[in-house]
Amino acid sequence: MGGYILRRLLSAVPVLLGITVIVFLIMALIPGDPATAILGSYATPENVARINRELGLDAPLWRQYLIWLGNMLQGDFGQSFALNRPVLDEVLERFGATLILAGTAFVLCVVLGVVAGTISAANQYGWADKTITFAVLLGISIPSFFLGMMMILLFAVRLRWFPVSGMWPIYGTRDAAALLSHLAMPALALAVVATGVIARLSRSALLEVLRQDFIRTARAKGVHERSVIWRHALRAAMVSILPVLGIQAGFVLSGAVYIEIVFQWPGIGRMLVDAILRRDILLVQGGVIVVAACYVFFNIVVDVAQSLLDPRIRT
Amino acid sequence: MTASLMLFSRNRLALAGGVVLAFVLLLALAVPLMPLADPDVTNTANRFRPPLSEGALLGTDHLGRDLLSRLLWGTRLSLAVGFAAAAIAATIGAAIGVIAGFYGGRLDNVIMRGVDMLMAFPYILLALAIVAALGPGLLNALIAVAAVNVPFFARNIRGITVGLAHKEFVDAARLSGLSRPQIILTEILPNVLPVIVIAMSTTIGWMILETAGLSFLGLGSQPPQADLGSMLGEARAALISHPHTSVVPGVMILIIVMSINLLGDGIRDALDPRLKSGALSRPMAATRVRRRTHAPEPGLEGILALEGLETEFHVGPRKLRAVGGVSLAVRPGECLGIIGESGSGKSVTALSVTGLVASPPGVITGGAVRYRGDDLIGAPYERLRAVRGREIAYIFQDPLSTLHPLYRVGDQLVEAIRAHQKIGADAARGKAVELLRDVRIPNPERRISDYPHEMSGGMRQRVGIAMALANDPEVIIADEPTTALDVTVQAQILSLLDDLRRSRDLAIIFITHDFGVVAQLCDRVAVMYAGKVVEEGPTKAVLAAPRHPYTARLIACVPELGGGRRRLEAIPGLPPAVDRLPEGCAFAERCNKARGVCREGHIPLAQEGDRAVRCLFPEESPAREAAE
Ligand code: SF4
Repeated sequence: MGGYILRRLLSAVPVLLGITVIVFLIMALIPGDPATAILGSYATPENVARINRELGLDAPLWRQYLIWLGNMLQGDFGQSFALNRPVLDEVLERFGATLILAGTAFVLCVVLGVVAGTISAANQYGWADKTITFAVLLGISIPSFFLGMMMILLFAVRLRWFPVSGMWPIYGTRDAAALLSHLAMPALALAVVATGVIARLSRSALLEVLRQDFIRTARAKGVHERSVIWRHALRAAMVSILPVLGIQAGFVLSGAVYIEIVFQWPGIGRMLVDAILRRDILLVQGGVIVVAACYVFFNIVVDVAQSLLDPRIRT
Repeated sequence: MTASLMLFSRNRLALAGGVVLAFVLLLALAVPLMPLADPDVTNTANRFRPPLSEGALLGTDHLGRDLLSRLLWGTRLSLAVGFAAAAIAATIGAAIGVIAGFYGGRLDNVIMRGVDMLMAFPYILLALAIVAALGPGLLNALIAVAAVNVPFFARNIRGITVGLAHKEFVDAARLSGLSRPQIILTEILPNVLPVIVIAMSTTIGWMILETAGLSFLGLGSQPPQADLGSMLGEARAALISHPHTSVVPGVMILIIVMSINLLGDGIRDALDPRLKSGALSRPMAATRVRRRTHAPEPGLEGILALEGLETEFHVGPRKLRAVGGVSLAVRPGECLGIIGESGSGKSVTALSVTGLVASPPGVITGGAVRYRGDDLIGAPYERLRAVRGREIAYIFQDPLSTLHPLYRVGDQLVEAIRAHQKIGADAARGKAVELLRDVRIPNPERRISDYPHEMSGGMRQRVGIAMALANDPEVIIADEPTTALDVTVQAQILSLLDDLRRSRDLAIIFITHDFGVVAQLCDRVAVMYAGKVVEEGPTKAVLAAPRHPYTARLIACVPELGGGRRRLEAIPGLPPAVDRLPEGCAFAERCNKARGVCREGHIPLAQEGDRAVRCLFPEESPAREAAE
């Protein structure tokens, strides 16, 4: 087991390097004088000189990359010009808020999606199945940012159940209850699409499994249908659901960008959009790399979970 | 193809999606011809007019621009951008995929590594990075969305190309001297095109959402030009005061994406062959029962008696009569063999007993299954469940697929025990070890924590038997339990079953296609053909002097009794398809004694002492000398 995790972690190293190469190359696409482009309206001569020195822009591309990579490995992601603080500090602070939002949404969509898909499969062609199938279709077709706006109208403005936006109350204590009431709507809005996708997938994975011989064995033993579905079938179906959860985590993380804008959540998505509009390129770079690395790590966790679930792939 | 079209047209939701989408597309195409207000003319005196006001059907936005006009122009733009992004992503992705898949080797390796790398990003990060580099703007957003989706197409198309690259027609093209680019264009491309189209139809909805999303963030279309996303983005500031400016573009996106999704699902379902046969239906907890007539009066003696059992498979309009009126009984301590070719209905008969025939498509349409005099057909689920494993237990053929692959065998045994006995987990565990010892598994304390894949085939089948014994059942139905095993293991399993039956006074129904096995184990044997019992009697008597020509052939096919596994395919011809059963004797086609009368009307199972045969011209007793 330990060996497996170690090998999996090592295999992430080239992926992480690849990510830095891609980000570096995309940033190298920036037309015109990079320093001026990066600095935008902050392009005072001192700043231009500083950027050129920082990035080693007189050197060939590969050396520039190595210097940049070396700096990052030492925790130096550069300085955000718009915010005038180290990129890494800002990124980590904002990423924390995103993790709270996306993490909650992810847990929601996995639980809701798997449960809905299982109920749907267990009642194939019944009314529960039809209702869920239709809800799923609606869920994966509605843009999350539009859904978020409509939720604000209904639950915050009309019913006044939840605050309109933000992560914390402007006045008042920052406790768990306050966080929860601010978190409820955005997390739900963010979870909807992935819930739909996971429900769909779980339904078909379960239908596939329910036809297997070992399900018949469980029934022949006299095991109650409830545990045939929720123990035998679901466990086996998880083997094909789990790998997709990694991909869905990427979608949740992506959707977080919109939801953070709609609900003014102080997360990294909003930071990235603001940074792009302000042409604060170093901040974009840092944000993208930190989030991508985190995503790679999460996928390793998914793989390890997969190997825990399925003894056949444990080596 | 026509079948696909039929299936598609029956899918009303998909059809509705198609109609709506066609309508929206037409509308978008016709926009320049319509008498609409200029979408970009601002009129601040006319801000935020509500829908249905005069001169502005959907009202006006924060700058007093006509919302209807902006909506239609925006729709046009969004659709154009979405389709363009899909087309670009599909073209580039497919090109990369075809090249990687066709050339293979190092090139393939390098390309696919790159693709994996790109897929390691949550898609929006990549899109944002590209927009950050190129600057906000609709064209750049389009490029970003297309680029993000290239890896998806590349990977899909590569997989298909790899499969195609080694097909005969490609080899033939190579031999005929075509260059590789020529082969790609003339042989590969026409074959991957449909796949590209399907992949596009499933992703285009996403592309429209993604471009709308980037515009919503202000990174796509720039004012005054507006697509649906940027309309929504601009309206957000006035969400609470004037919600209609948000609702209008939002609902439009929803309609477009939903109709595309419906249509895409419909196309996918129509092309997925598994759905056509209904094979993806989930088997219910118990086989459906639709008895055409009342249950027959009890007639047979035995702890378990099947009387006139009929089971059919309903597949679409076809009705396959898998079991056509089977009557059999077994007494405690007795072993009854059921023998027949695959498709003779022997397994379906066995599974019908406790309602384990997959349903749909299985339906029990008649007869009775009496356990201690109680009819199990049509019994409520709880009653069936109480019988399953407790009174009547099964041993199935291939224990690798019939044991749950993800649970330890001990846990599966414990579950079987606790399904019927209210005992604690520890006590059940102790009992599980005992059971493993009973079926002669060495080191049961250790093996109990094995997973099925860690055991040999013989050991696994012993676990299967232990599981069947878990609740001391009265009847065991063994469905070809030794077929997957090699000869020595088979012999061990058979002698184990024989011992268990004697020591526990078990009634065993043993299903097999092997007369050698029947001879070793069974007191009586029933021969099944095309869903019916054609001969029945004490094993020794039947073997020595088969009456039915089919039985005689079966026995003649076995050169040496008890010699292990032999197939029955040695008989010329095939059993008839059970949805087109001939009049009269089902064996007539393959029988060399068949005469005209054999094909006229029903032939009853004629009882003669302890033997029965369903034949107008039974064999006299030619096999007797052969047996001696
Ligand atoms: S009934 Fe006629 S066709 Fe059928 S097995 Fe007997 S002899 Fe052959």
